[in-house]
Amino acid sequence: MTDMLTPVLTAHWDEPDSFMLSRYEQDGGYQGLRKALAMQPDDVIAAVKTSVLRGRGGAGFPTGVKWSFIPQGDGKPHYLTVNADESEPGTCKDVPLMMATPHTLIEGAIITCYAIRAGHAFIYVRGEVLQVVRRLQLAVAQAYEAGYLGKNILGSGFDLDIIVHPGAGAYICGEETALLTSLEGYRGLPRNRPPFPAVEGLYASPTVINNVESIASVPSIMTDGADWFAGLGTEKSKGFGIFSLSGHVTHPGQYEAPLGITLRELLDLAGGIRGGHRLKFWTPGGSSTPLLTDAHLDVPLDFESVAAAGSMLGTRALQIFDETTCVVRAALRWTEFYQHESCGKCTPCREGSYWMVRTIERIEQGTGTDEDLETILDVGDNIIGRAFCALGDAVPVPISSAIQYFRDEIIQHQKEGGCPFDPAATTLWAAGR
Amino acid sequence: MPFSDEALTRLRADAAEITGRYPRARSALLPLLHLVQSEEGYVSDDGIVFCAEVLGLSETEVRGVTSFYTMYKDHPVGEYQLGVCTNTLCAIMGGDEIYAALAEHLGADPHADDEHHDILSPDGKVGVERVECNAACDYAPVIMVNWEFFDNQTPDSARKLVDDLRAGNDVRPTRGPNRLCTWKQAARILAGFGDGQAAEGPSAGPASLVGLELAKEHGWTAPEPAGGGTK
Repeated sequence: MTDMLTPVLTAHWDEPDSFMLSRYEQDGGYQGLRKALAMQPDDVIAAVKTSVLRGRGGAGFPTGVKWSFIPQGDGKPHYLTVNADESEPGTCKDVPLMMATPHTLIEGAIITCYAIRAGHAFIYVRGEVLQVVRRLQLAVAQAYEAGYLGKNILGSGFDLDIIVHPGAGAYICGEETALLTSLEGYRGLPRNRPPFPAVEGLYASPTVINNVESIASVPSIMTDGADWFAGLGTEKSKGFGIFSLSGHVTHPGQYEAPLGITLRELLDLAGGIRGGHRLKFWTPGGSSTPLLTDAHLDVPLDFESVAAAGSMLGTRALQIFDETTCVVRAALRWTEFYQHESCGKCTPCREGSYWMVRTIERIEQGTGTDEDLETILDVGDNIIGRAFCALGDAVPVPISSAIQYFRDEIIQHQKEGGCPFDPAATTLWAAGR
Repeated sequence: MPFSDEALTRLRADAAEITGRYPRARSALLPLLHLVQSEEGYVSDDGIVFCAEVLGLSETEVRGVTSFYTMYKDHPVGEYQLGVCTNTLCAIMGGDEIYAALAEHLGADPHADDEHHDILSPDGKVGVERVECNAACDYAPVIMVNWEFFDNQTPDSARKLVDDLRAGNDVRPTRGPNRLCTWKQAARILAGFGDGQAAEGPSAGPASLVGLELAKEHGWTAPEPAGGGTK
């Protein structure tokens, strides 16, 4: 029987100097790299395939399979781009990881580059987290000094440069093709696929783009083995992951557990919903994943089970809201976010998000009409599948799932001519009231 | 105001270092924009001309990129720029009340503009804006000051924060270095020039550690690998 929590990535976050190279090495750091460098690159890819590590940025695509798409012997430079642009509302796992143990990411990036034969890696980190940027810069500098980066790494003949590249405030750059466009020095607009980045990515060369947590999981797969990793989790969702609880819970924070843990179990660990209140709705993996309710407390939080429940595992960003929260207020704010962050390239997302916000605003203010809910669902249907990228697909998600579970509450706004909830009751300092 | 000869010499040296990091020079545009913002506090017309010259681009091409990203300002902002998170989770945990309290505290109308509108204190020292989710939801409600974390805020703590910044009192981020740098200094770090403060402050805040502490309390660990691991 596996333990309830399984700290691997988070295991050393409580050490005061966990971000320093010397501490990381004392804790066993860079042993995974030594092991990888003694293997053939294709064998490293095979090991990550065997572990069935699936992308931790939300989509869950098998990481090793992604690596194997990089054509070899093609004469072109290959690139790794780490997606460290953590901006999905509710998602807050990569930022503490990079702050506490940036070397886990650096080591994982070096192993990945060795496997895919890349000579340059970029860490595209969102710019709005200054201490994280500093820690990454320090970790990269220390890794160069110790010979883990640069020419002839640890005498292996393998050369690699890592560049820390802070973004400048654009959620869309977390979308992988927009990230590449931004990294090339342009507005962060998504690209059509195919060609996929594995064939034509950065500078039209083969490129792997992986989330921070995916890459940071690679050193443990090297040291402890692909079978060890695959022994955790559920049948098709292997391994462990960081579950981020926020909102109306007694102890919000980071809980690292095997995939498949349930919200009921996580809430038990987190001291339950804040005192005197009960769960109303939650997101399993950020604002782009459909809302779930107290009917879903026992859904195993793995890719398949959450999908079967009508949502998505996403980034395991569990935003928890109790009964004081108006679902219209929550959905409106997320929809405003998507409108603000829409890059404007395609019409369904640009125009759809604009009109969606106007209609939800009307509902919140109690001046909605009988047709508004149908209009919203219709506009939503015309965005999903017709937008250029996943941002567009996410626009209708909060309000559509709110309508699915809380239609009566939404209609109540119209009947009462305004919001029936007291916004002051939701705050952190209202907890004791 | 155009850059002085001294500033131009300095900026050109920094720009050469930045472009040297990349396989293709145009990739340096974002850090170059952070660099010119570190000089003036915002991306001025002169800053745009500078970046265009360095990369051999037209001013329009550079302006098109600048206007896409919210971290680049096209007008002077506060020496200390507060970003109150008002995305759903923080808003509901109190971010809306905090923003309204700060607007009132600085004599501005919190409802004057629904967009991401800046408020500036009369002395020009402190700017306040709403920001989107800043990846610290377990510390909600969150305020960023010059992109450092100020966790678990209240209207009272936020007003005190503004007063302290305006009075020049010592202000420490919750998870960040011992000393808060200025808006311009922050932009310089984003351009890739560190200030030597990376090792200051905690590895992790309390919420980041709740799961780990619980695991240690119960003796929970990841399973041992077969044959014993090297970690």
